[in-house]
Amino acid sequence: MAAASSDTAIRTGRVARAGIYLFLLLFALFYLLPLFVMGANSLKPLGEITGGNMMALPSDWTIAPWLSAWSTAQIGVEPTGLRPYFWNSIKMVVPAVAIATVLGALNGYVLTKWSFRGDKVFYGLMLFSCFIPFQMVLIPMARVLGLAGIAGTTSGLVLVHVVYGIGFATLYFRNYYAAFPTELVRAAQIDGAGFFQIFWRIMLPSSGPIVVVCVIWLFTNIWNDFLFGASFADADSQPMTVALNNLVQSSTGVKEYNVHFAGAILAALPTLLVYVVAGRYFVRGLMAGSVKG
Amino acid sequence: MSLANAEVRPVVTPKRAADMRTRLQGWIPKLVLSPSVALIFVFVYGFIAFTLYLSFTDSRILPSYDWVGLENYSKLFRLSHWTIAVTNLAVFAGLYIAICTAIGLALAIFLDQKIRGEGLLRPIYLYPMALSFIVTGTAWKWILDPGIGIENTMQLWGWESFAFDWIKNRDFAIYTVVLAAVWQSSGFTMAMFLAGLRGIDNEILKAAQMDGASNWQLYRRIIIPQLRPAFLSAFVILSHLAIKSYDLVVALTGGGPGRATELPATFMYSYTFSRNQMGIGAASAVIMLLTIAAIMVPYLYAELRERR
Amino acid sequence: MIRILTTTVALTAAPFAAFADGHSGDVEVLHWWTSGGEAAALNVLKEDLEGQGIGWTDMPVAGGGGEQAMTVLRARVTAGNAPTAVQALGFDILDWADQGALADLNAVAAEQGWDDVVPEALKAFAKSDGQWVSAPVNVHSTNWVWANTAVLEENGIEIPTTWEEFTAAVETLKAAGITPIAHGGQAWQDATVFDAVAMSTGGPEFYEAAFIDLDPEVLGSDTMREAFDRMAFIRENVDDNFSGRDWNLATAMVINGEAGFQMMGDWAKGEFVNAGLTAGEDFACFRFPGTQDQVTFNADQFMMFDQDGEVSPEQAALAMAILSPEFQSAFNVVKGSAPARTDVSDEAFDACGKKAMADLAAANESGNLFGSMAHGHAAPAAVKNAMFDVITAHFNGEFDSETAVEEMVTAVEIAQ
Repeated sequence: MAAASSDTAIRTGRVARAGIYLFLLLFALFYLLPLFVMGANSLKPLGEITGGNMMALPSDWTIAPWLSAWSTAQIGVEPTGLRPYFWNSIKMVVPAVAIATVLGALNGYVLTKWSFRGDKVFYGLMLFSCFIPFQMVLIPMARVLGLAGIAGTTSGLVLVHVVYGIGFATLYFRNYYAAFPTELVRAAQIDGAGFFQIFWRIMLPSSGPIVVVCVIWLFTNIWNDFLFGASFADADSQPMTVALNNLVQSSTGVKEYNVHFAGAILAALPTLLVYVVAGRYFVRGLMAGSVKG
Repeated sequence: MSLANAEVRPVVTPKRAADMRTRLQGWIPKLVLSPSVALIFVFVYGFIAFTLYLSFTDSRILPSYDWVGLENYSKLFRLSHWTIAVTNLAVFAGLYIAICTAIGLALAIFLDQKIRGEGLLRPIYLYPMALSFIVTGTAWKWILDPGIGIENTMQLWGWESFAFDWIKNRDFAIYTVVLAAVWQSSGFTMAMFLAGLRGIDNEILKAAQMDGASNWQLYRRIIIPQLRPAFLSAFVILSHLAIKSYDLVVALTGGGPGRATELPATFMYSYTFSRNQMGIGAASAVIMLLTIAAIMVPYLYAELRERR
Repeated sequence: MIRILTTTVALTAAPFAAFADGHSGDVEVLHWWTSGGEAAALNVLKEDLEGQGIGWTDMPVAGGGGEQAMTVLRARVTAGNAPTAVQALGFDILDWADQGALADLNAVAAEQGWDDVVPEALKAFAKSDGQWVSAPVNVHSTNWVWANTAVLEENGIEIPTTWEEFTAAVETLKAAGITPIAHGGQAWQDATVFDAVAMSTGGPEFYEAAFIDLDPEVLGSDTMREAFDRMAFIRENVDDNFSGRDWNLATAMVINGEAGFQMMGDWAKGEFVNAGLTAGEDFACFRFPGTQDQVTFNADQFMMFDQDGEVSPEQAALAMAILSPEFQSAFNVVKGSAPARTDVSDEAFDACGKKAMADLAAANESGNLFGSMAHGHAAPAAVKNAMFDVITAHFNGEFDSETAVEEMVTAVEIAQ
């Protein structure tokens, strides 16, 4: 890793650089377009949307849709807005991400530094588990949660997300730790350090970047999950995405598009925040390990 | 990498107490691994076995246990829908993976040229991955809709002949699904390639430059071959996203116009839950898993063998 | 490995007993009425129950006209955690009743005299084997046409009562440069139009034989081909941009005077009212030409899940509250539909609501009330969706009418 620097040795001419900037800016516009549509329409009164150009900026600016989406929009029979569901999502996401990350880190550590016969097969089976279509597991999962007595609870949801998060978490940590010098581990062992001591004192302190990658990945996926949240939550544990869906997907009622878009951006704020704040570490973390696999 | 993969053997010490400890040490890694292994076996492989079993039964609204043999499979392959869904997946996955990889690589290479404002551009490229398609689907639907979206805007701006109505066209609608999917994950692919590029040793590049290599040659001969692990990771993540694409289609086209953008994931959901034909849904899930295995097993085999 | 597999299968193979787990004194209600008006209407019910000391645990899951909620319901029942009451449509109720999961409401029904006031066609879905299993909330009729009165007057169009008058009106509008028919190209919307067109083309006997009895001869008949030909006419008279459009954006086209007619269920009325228009003055509602005497319907109901073999007092109270004339009137005024019992006063309803109630009563009397195929009240889900496939493929130009008729016969056969 020592030779890695934050940019390349490639030199480019002035014309080429202008072309590169143009290319990068065009793509930035492409990525921003849907956000613009959502943002602009969330600040318009409804009449302006259904009656006019949906790509235009508001002529009559209003923040009412945002306030409505957050605290007064009809989610079920009560006009609560998205606010109460925010906390439900947090209660589900934080433990799930923490547990899956810890398990992933330990698995990665075992699979690279404490190899045993058949470990590759385990790794392969774990990786393949990332590909299971979630629609398929709905019914058997419901049965298991029911038998375990945690159907309709936040703990049940945490379990589900941990199970389907382990695969990717293990993938990330295993590829990261594979590049970690084994001599250090061996030296510590000779000094009498045990399994957990090595993990705690040597592996974890250098795992920052990959923890960021793993947390971002898991956080995004679990926060945005709808299918499990809808199927395995009770009234008092429904996550944000289910509430957002209820806000947006009314079948035979008036559709308030401006409120929908405001709600969508509100629901995405935590993930957006995570991407913007941790995005720098994200690339650094990927760089430091996961793609070296 | 050879050092990194050397296995750690418990160090043998003469003392008995230490011997006990070593033996215990030998068990700890397996104990630590066991909860994950148990979870995966029950919740992934157990459920796959259960689905396999259901695909041979006449399950409709809820699982039933009346064996009907291969009937669901023969029905499945007689349905023109399934053929459409599978063909669409081939087109969709092929284009999606190829385009994401191309755009991701191009953006990463350009962003790697000491670009001013990289810190601003990077999150812009990455953020789509953070949004759920429940609502971005609506935004895309509007943008692509000729009556209110891009086409309309261009015409309002005076470009009268501008036409972009793919989403309304049975033969082209699947490409709009590709477009929205590329929007969502090409930035993420960019991040993976960028990380790979940043890991390349600049000394080698400088040496090659001394020898008079052009930029093009540098990329073709030295840099891109070194990105092989990034290509493989991108392939795994993109193919996993392609196969699971469900929200995207539901939000963007609802499988239409007609049935033109149906994918296996939407097919499976529709037969299992909307149409109360759980047996056929299970059969389609099994076929999907077999397809995934056909793609993934060779990759995993190559990947894991190389590490030995 | 083998043991784990067999255990898992055995676990899941255990009987799917459904026990509702609402706290005593509470009802947990799974529904998909989440938009402002309908949710507010449901709140009336909630307050009614709370007045009786019964708590209401709300469990809304929207999406796909209830499909998402039905998926959730299956997960909940499989987990042994069924809600007390669940909003459901048509055949879904009968399917759950067949699973033995629903409670017997006969005692409440007898006490309240439901049998005398609920239309026969509706009872076909609220009762299973002579046993009341659910409480109907409303009757939506689906063979409505909505029009902007100003547009009709400007073009000198009278409300059409036959297919011929309808085609003439469409041609007039087209000549005037107005999109004749506002339509959203989604399978269920195509099917909603097809429902009305088929009823108008072949009459009630044809409709019943084709969509309810699923008679292959009738499905493959020339009348069916004629119905598809008429669909092709409608296809020619929608705008280029119809596919994938939400129904309410199509309604907006009528409201804004860009389009002449929209064929849609009575929920479309809410959009007109919300835009500040008045029923019977600014916009017109009439039965699809040629179906003046018929009503095709779908009805939302609340089915009650069995709790240890009996109906809980809370469930009984909920069922009673749902069918009380006061709630029926209050709810349906907001929802745009007609009450599920025929003895409710129409005083609070607007012109379209009054007409809906009168039509419903008349159709019920004359045996002209039929379940809507497009909304799962004529044939089970598998058949319904198989028909959707053919109708939408034909509407989008994949099949011509000849092929569509043949496909209809085979698709229905495979799905049964």
